[in-house]
Amino acid sequence: MHRVLGDRKAVLILLGPALLVYSLIMLVPMVWSFGYSFTEGNTIEGFTGNGLDNFQRLFSDPAVRDALWFTAKYAVVVTVGQVVAGYLLALLYVFFLKRASALIRTLVFFPVVLPTVAVGLLFQKFFQVAPQTGPVNSLLNAVGLDSVDWFGSAGHAFWVLIVMDIWRSMGFYAVLLFAGLVDIPEEVLESARLDGASGPRLVRHIVLPMSFPVLMSAVIFSINGTLKVFDSIVALTGGGPGSGTTPLTLYMFQTSFTYGDYGYGSTIALLLTVVCLLVTLVVFRVSRRDLTEG
Amino acid sequence: MAIDTSVRVWRPRRLWVKLVVAGLLVVEVYPLVWMFLTSLKSNDDYLNNSTWSLPTTWEWGNYTDAWTTGHIGLYVQNSLLAVVPALALILLLGTAAGFALQVMVWKGRGLTLLVFLTGMMVPAQMILLPLFTVYFRTGLSGTLWPLILTYTGTGLPLTVFMMATYYKTVPRELFEAATIDGAGILRAFWTIGLPMVRNAILTVGLVQFFFIWNDLLIALTFTNSQDLRTIQVGLLNFTGDFGATQYGPLFAAICINVFGTLVIYLFLNQKVMKGLTSGAVKG
Repeated sequence: MHRVLGDRKAVLILLGPALLVYSLIMLVPMVWSFGYSFTEGNTIEGFTGNGLDNFQRLFSDPAVRDALWFTAKYAVVVTVGQVVAGYLLALLYVFFLKRASALIRTLVFFPVVLPTVAVGLLFQKFFQVAPQTGPVNSLLNAVGLDSVDWFGSAGHAFWVLIVMDIWRSMGFYAVLLFAGLVDIPEEVLESARLDGASGPRLVRHIVLPMSFPVLMSAVIFSINGTLKVFDSIVALTGGGPGSGTTPLTLYMFQTSFTYGDYGYGSTIALLLTVVCLLVTLVVFRVSRRDLTEG
Repeated sequence: MAIDTSVRVWRPRRLWVKLVVAGLLVVEVYPLVWMFLTSLKSNDDYLNNSTWSLPTTWEWGNYTDAWTTGHIGLYVQNSLLAVVPALALILLLGTAAGFALQVMVWKGRGLTLLVFLTGMMVPAQMILLPLFTVYFRTGLSGTLWPLILTYTGTGLPLTVFMMATYYKTVPRELFEAATIDGAGILRAFWTIGLPMVRNAILTVGLVQFFFIWNDLLIALTFTNSQDLRTIQVGLLNFTGDFGATQYGPLFAAICINVFGTLVIYLFLNQKVMKGLTSGAVKG
């Protein structure tokens, strides 16, 4: 029987196709892309090796610095925003809405499944000032304030992007964290209440520490996603005004496909990959340490 | 489900809770209502009247314009032609691989699972350029095959991992019993393994469906002609098809995209929420 569960031919038949496709589509191209970063050129013109030139260029390229800075700023603000908003919603679901929360949960989750392109175009029109004043500026006008040209400066566009992405994703983090909160044993909460803890103190000393693991996985997931942000920005601002809202992902895309520079594009992709892996690793280490100390 | 809401002391709903809920309703629903109302306005109506107002005439024709003149019909068709085969492949290959990695016993399966896991961390940008070269050289560029293949490859890591996790919950005795009765392991997979994870397949299928259907990056990279555009790429470039911007058809196109998703979500919302969040924690 053990022989049957360990049948090598069967393993090959079941696993083989998936492993083959995965290798051909992901593993081989990853290595290949790494190789590209030592070349210049593209598919149509051909590639020529240029040693470490791309890496030198990477470190002196102000556009890379800007894109990296924008990516970091975006990742931090959105991660904090969506995890905090999600946690507040989850607390609301568990402690105030209780059984009635199913409907609200379903509703707030809906934007999560919407195509980002559709949401991006919607928010673009929602915040626009010309040729037609969108609802947001109309509201500002209604309370006596001037319209804001939301997409006229990178600073303003950044905040529209943040608002949009938190709107899109808070329902997701709410449900994720809700699942963590519901798992807290009722006896623990009850005994804390008997000890006189209530409201914010109950949250601070009992609920927060007990939901820490799921909170950490939410943060890791969020950082991993936000570092890869692409769709929202392409659909909302296209990276503009100028290159004011261009993250690393979009800069890589533009370098490769707008300017046809695959070699340098691969080098930027490599930088992005290294950043993603490093940040995940660091967050993972930090969260492990906190857990063992707490 | 440890917090048993029924035995808790009932506290009257506070006013601020009601206000927060009302605020949430407005924030979630109003943009969608506004979008729908605007999709029924004529261009003049949109440009000259208040953004709050109802359409002066209800231009249902915007939807036919978006579908035909705006090519949304074609884009939806392309999306279906790319997503359905990719989804079928992901589920078939992923379920089989998950079975081999979780139920079967062999050396190196832990390492293989880890190899699949790395695929979840690496950004898609890292594989775009080599794939573009390959698709270009093999002449696949003018077809939807680059999308089907890339979606299958990128969808596999999460699927394999989730399926392996689901197989953990199926008692091994079932497979052992089946093999004692003389069924080969492949037959045990097909007749016992697959039916046991039917629910999981639906869940994972939904997760992957939303990922692939909503994808922009891969579709944007590999669809070089208008005839191949998926719904997301088509929507992004929508204004171009009308010369000057036609707001009614544009909003109608957004609505078609959004309300198509809404239908699936309304029928399966519990499954969608569970699937997406468990996919996240495992990822």
